[in-house]
Amino acid sequence: MEKPIQSETSFWGRLRTAWAGFHRALANPDFCRQVAELLRPAPAPAQAKPVEPPPEKRHASGLGVLSLLQREGRLIDFLQEDMAAFSDAEIGAAARVVHAGCRKMLADCCTLEPVLKDAEGAAIKVPAGFDAQRIRLTGNVAGSPPFSGTLKHHGWLAVAVRLPAVSDAMDARVLAPAEVEL
Amino acid sequence: MSTYSIGIDLGTTNSAVSYFKLADAQARGGAQTMLGIPQITAVGAVGEKLLLPSFLYLPNAQEFPAGGLALPWNPTGQGAVAGEFARSHGSKVPMRLVSSAKSWLCHAGVDRLGAILPWQAPEEVQRISPLEASARYLAHLRAAWDHQFPAEALAEQDVVLTVPASFDAAARELTLKAAQQAGLPKVTLIEEPQAAFYAWIEQMGEGFRKHVKPGDVVLVVDVGGGTTDFSLIAVTAKEGDVALTRVAVGDHILLGGDNMDLALAHAVNQRLAAAGKKLDAWQFNALTFACRQAKESLFADAALKHHPLVVPGRGSSLVGGTIKAELSREELTRILTDGFFPKAAVTDAPQSARRTGLTQMALPYAQDAGVTRHLAAFLTRQARAMATAHDAPVAVTGQTFVHPTAVLFNGGAFKAAPLKERVLAVLNTWLAADGGQPVTELAGAELDLAVARGAAYYGWVRHGHGLRIRGGTARAYYVGIETAMPAVPGLEPPVKALCVAPFGMEEGTQADVPPQEFGLVVGEPTRFRFFASSVRRDDRVGTMLEEAAGNDELEEAAPIETTLPVQGGNEGKLVPVNLQAAVTEIGTLELRCLEKGGPGSWKLELNVRMKE
Repeated sequence: MEKPIQSETSFWGRLRTAWAGFHRALANPDFCRQVAELLRPAPAPAQAKPVEPPPEKRHASGLGVLSLLQREGRLIDFLQEDMAAFSDAEIGAAARVVHAGCRKMLADCCTLEPVLKDAEGAAIKVPAGFDAQRIRLTGNVAGSPPFSGTLKHHGWLAVAVRLPAVSDAMDARVLAPAEVEL
Repeated sequence: MSTYSIGIDLGTTNSAVSYFKLADAQARGGAQTMLGIPQITAVGAVGEKLLLPSFLYLPNAQEFPAGGLALPWNPTGQGAVAGEFARSHGSKVPMRLVSSAKSWLCHAGVDRLGAILPWQAPEEVQRISPLEASARYLAHLRAAWDHQFPAEALAEQDVVLTVPASFDAAARELTLKAAQQAGLPKVTLIEEPQAAFYAWIEQMGEGFRKHVKPGDVVLVVDVGGGTTDFSLIAVTAKEGDVALTRVAVGDHILLGGDNMDLALAHAVNQRLAAAGKKLDAWQFNALTFACRQAKESLFADAALKHHPLVVPGRGSSLVGGTIKAELSREELTRILTDGFFPKAAVTDAPQSARRTGLTQMALPYAQDAGVTRHLAAFLTRQARAMATAHDAPVAVTGQTFVHPTAVLFNGGAFKAAPLKERVLAVLNTWLAADGGQPVTELAGAELDLAVARGAAYYGWVRHGHGLRIRGGTARAYYVGIETAMPAVPGLEPPVKALCVAPFGMEEGTQADVPPQEFGLVVGEPTRFRFFASSVRRDDRVGTMLEEAAGNDELEEAAPIETTLPVQGGNEGKLVPVNLQAAVTEIGTLELRCLEKGGPGSWKLELNVRMKE
């Protein structure tokens, strides 16, 4: 057995292997194919397909808002109830609970302002380069801005958001826990 | 070196924090900064609010999912919960809810260091002391601050903590202890009505001088959630400028805005009960909340005749389970305006608690809900005291009560304009009958947040800015001395009261040493009975009052005690001492024993365990 003079990864070791490889590849097509295989850039490791989180995780903040509306204003109770059997007065009374609670929740969670400060019904100009997210054109939409029109709805803009932070550990599907009195 | 002055309003039902950058050369004016306080708002949810409800919930180990009560600074969510969720969930589990800790803190009838809260909770609940509860609220506020200002830890800042003007020396001491327990060693105290006045000054800016002038007497009427507090601040001329002196404070009255909402709810509940609709405790809470909203709407709009009240059922059937009622204007006026702010005469005295043979154990709520009657008693009592004082800060000659010239309102109850108008009208009726001028209202105060803001402003004022309210202690303090007499069965020896601290002692000063000498036995605890008076303005140190027990100008506080430490086998030796009082820079009263003709000095502890 050949006595290694240099370690295989030292400069001389590498030179010796390269030299031998050079000759053998030249002489032996099979060997050459194997080396060519080794020289080809390694394919990128197969991308692990991202595990899509379940919908309740992806939409946890949306569920959180539903939970808030239920907690503060009993909105889900209200919507889930069959209204057919009740009188308008009874529905009206319950609507006050929903209105007062949801209104408080809304005020706590964000500061709302109209997108456009003009009075509804006022004639307004929509300038060139208007923000198409903030302004929706309806009716006879033709030509190019500036447009003249009538403000039908002033829109709403949340200028400050103060939604509570919801822990990841919570199951967002629980919009309201069952209550058991002991 | 502190960067901020931080005002903490540790309220009976809500706490708030305001901060002021000390390096600022200008007051904040109307833009007075408040700290948003993260708190648990529901299981798993943390919301930020300007007010931290002063409620503590002591959860059962299995009650909530793991991590459901986590806060940014407490990721495991171990321990008690303070704030909004504590209040809302606690209303459904009252046995685990600590509330009104502040009122317990100044209740001399209980052991304030003992684990007594929640009051009458079953064995299984790990109860805590009123001191501990206060410390927990402060610890929450501290964590909230440190979380937002990690480079400027609260413990390193100038913290100003508010106390009711009516808090006695022991309650102030306990508030300070709670702060220390919460890791806040550098704390200064300020009386809440003064803080409210500071907030008003800051809000007005230099313009405040247009509203007050020398000779004015400002009455601060502070109706908080759980307590009512009065203070009088005199405006005098000094070296071409105005000077402000707090000249008197009222007694501790456990009566506040919460009582008002409750009174309305009880009235409506009675009507519902008569109609066969029975509310459970949770629904009653909802009714109280609905009454508060109805009250606000009715007070805000004088044209409304009545406001609907709806109490949702607890079940998921909202429309079917809802109970309807109504609050009429007539009821609101009768119960709230006339009930809490009656058109009383200035000579009317509030009904006082009937003494029973037993020690009163629950909170000593005011027996008389008439705020105006308490106010009448305060103003007439102070007029009598000032009439006999040699250098009364306010002229009261020929007056049956102290005539205020302006009124500053504080506390959420006064969001209702009709209540302010009623107080002003009642005062003006009294003034007209007594030959005085009508009062004006010092308007513009932010009723819910003023105390915290004023406290932060005061911290800045202490650094040499703006105008400082002087006044010193609002009470004179006395120790009881038993007179020697032959024992007579069934007859207690009479107790005299020796004045050790006069009225109006300024912060950072100490009183003279009274000549009376006491013998203290080394190694044995010695107790002194302790009295205070908010009306004896002229007593000097050393003044001796006969019959302390029967004197209605004196109020007995919890006793004070000390034990001289044993050194070098002197146990049992009798050491002659004198007593001396000092008011610390931070606003607490300190009593010490000075060894006669020697170097020894021992602090007397205000005993807060129980009044006998």
